[in-house]
Amino acid sequence: MFRISCPFCGERDENEFVCGGQAHIARPEPAEQVSERDWAEYLFFRDNPKGLHFERWQHRYGCRQWFNIVRHTVSHEILAVYRLDEAPPDVDREEAV
Amino acid sequence: MEKYSFPKILYHALRGHKHWQPAWRSPLPKKSYDVVVIGGGGHGLATAYYLAKKHGVTNVAVLERGWIGGGNSGRNTQVTRSNYFYPESAAFFEHSLKLYESMSRDLNINVMFSQRGVLNLAHSDHDMEMLARWTNAIQLNGIDSEILTPQQIKEMEPLIDINARFPVAGGFIQRRGGISRHDAVNWGYARAADALGVDIIQNCTVTGFNISHGTVTGVQTSLGDISGEKVHITVAGHTSVLAKMAGFRLPLTSMALQAMVSEPIKPVLNLVTVSGAIHMYVSQSDRGEIVLGAGADVYNSYAQRGSYDNVESCVAAFLTLYPRFSRLKLMRQWAGIVDISPDTSPIMGRTPVQNLYINCGWGTGGYKAIPASGDTMADTIVNDRPHALIKPFSLERFESGALVDESAAAGVAH
Ligand SMILES: Cc1cc2nc3c(=O)[nH]c(=O)nc-3n(C[C@H](O)[C@H](O)[C@H](O)COP(=O)(O)OP(=O)(O)OC[C@H]3O[C@@H](n4cnc5c(N)ncnc54)[C@H](O)[C@@H]3O)c2cc1C
Ligand SMILES: [Zn+2]
Repeated sequence: MFRISCPFCGERDENEFVCGGQAHIARPEPAEQVSERDWAEYLFFRDNPKGLHFERWQHRYGCRQWFNIVRHTVSHEILAVYRLDEAPPDVDREEAV
Repeated sequence: MEKYSFPKILYHALRGHKHWQPAWRSPLPKKSYDVVVIGGGGHGLATAYYLAKKHGVTNVAVLERGWIGGGNSGRNTQVTRSNYFYPESAAFFEHSLKLYESMSRDLNINVMFSQRGVLNLAHSDHDMEMLARWTNAIQLNGIDSEILTPQQIKEMEPLIDINARFPVAGGFIQRRGGISRHDAVNWGYARAADALGVDIIQNCTVTGFNISHGTVTGVQTSLGDISGEKVHITVAGHTSVLAKMAGFRLPLTSMALQAMVSEPIKPVLNLVTVSGAIHMYVSQSDRGEIVLGAGADVYNSYAQRGSYDNVESCVAAFLTLYPRFSRLKLMRQWAGIVDISPDTSPIMGRTPVQNLYINCGWGTGGYKAIPASGDTMADTIVNDRPHALIKPFSLERFESGALVDESAAAGVAH
């Protein structure tokens, strides 16, 4: 159990939010030239790191806004919360085994 | 291997149980093996066993970072069934269920497989229609499944309150489904594999791969480099971490899935009972504990601990159906890191790296798959092509779009 600081409402319990998975996945373009391989990467393949994860969350049972966070997937420590239109923060991305 | 039998127990009892042989050796790793299996869970151990037993490949190592069965194979709720929706899944899981039926004899260890029946509940007319559709699909797959009325359910499992807040509208049962003892399954495969010459090496973490010209040649470990003609990854929640070391990504998300047990009580529950709608499933172990399975925390986690609100909602759902247990104390609660794939079906077979194989994506339901997975992966590794039963579960399906979307049918039932 952890708490997330919604950029719009402030700190709330984890279960007010839902996770939308990995952030910053760009849709490949133009559609008619994208290979099956690249569609698969876009739709299904993920980093799933043991370490820092850049991910989307929605404050579903609050303001219903989407935003991004950087969270450690072992300690659940949240290093940054930022809006969807902001660039990912510069953090040390070292991973565990 | 010291055979287990009644006379043996008697013999050792008279000698104060001081002279039992260890069930497997603890060798130091050799410089090289024909096959290196990474991960000493049920799937890795069963694969090693079938490599030796069916294919005569005995120069095999199983490398386990902790202790065997310390991962999900020793953390699950032990439910085994083959009532899947799609023919591809049904064929595979039925093969596995059959292997469970003969496992105690095959491995000479009592895995306590108890085919007490797995009951799925419906709580509305719509639920009931979905279960009828599911039952029809199961029967078309040639597998036993029977619709039950609320009255029949009450007779089979008297402690269920069929007039609960979400009344029981009916259900269906696979009578051949049930539970077994997970430790015995892990230890049974380890002991049988060891007897055939497989080296089981615990406290050995794989930290990297040696790959030359796109072909794997061995692994780097906390005990030094070990070369392998072929290398197999069976590390459940950690598969993405290992894949990254080998230079590729997978369609997996690792999440924490929880379970818990009560203090032991006398036998009161007959069946494994599952309710998708209120999200709970329960059985009673042979030790008397009431075993409850909770949901997963739906975000990436390698923490091997779950959130408390999941414990609470699991217990609350359980008590609406079994109010009589409200004074029962929980004894233990834990989590395992499960590897969820987009269609909740496993991913088995070859990888972009030559001679490197994966077996993952079992998510919340791979305990029941242990024997069939070992059998088919051993065959796949030896012949370097997918066994017929696992062809639909290859990594390529995410490109071709031929997903085996069991999420609706698998649901909470594991
Ligand atoms: C709470 C819970 C309930 C479940 N209930 C059921 C159920 O009722 N029925 C069912 O069918 N399934 C169930 N499952 C799912 C089932 O437990 C798993 O799918 C199955 O056990 C996976 O087995 P495995 O051998 O692939 O992985 P594991 O048993 O997890 O083994 C993987 C091993 O790899 C090791 N490892 C990881 N990284 C490394 C490394 N770098 N080097 C060396 N070793 C490494 C780990 O230490 C671990 O021992 C449940 C799971 C959980 C967590
Ligand atoms: Zn908010």
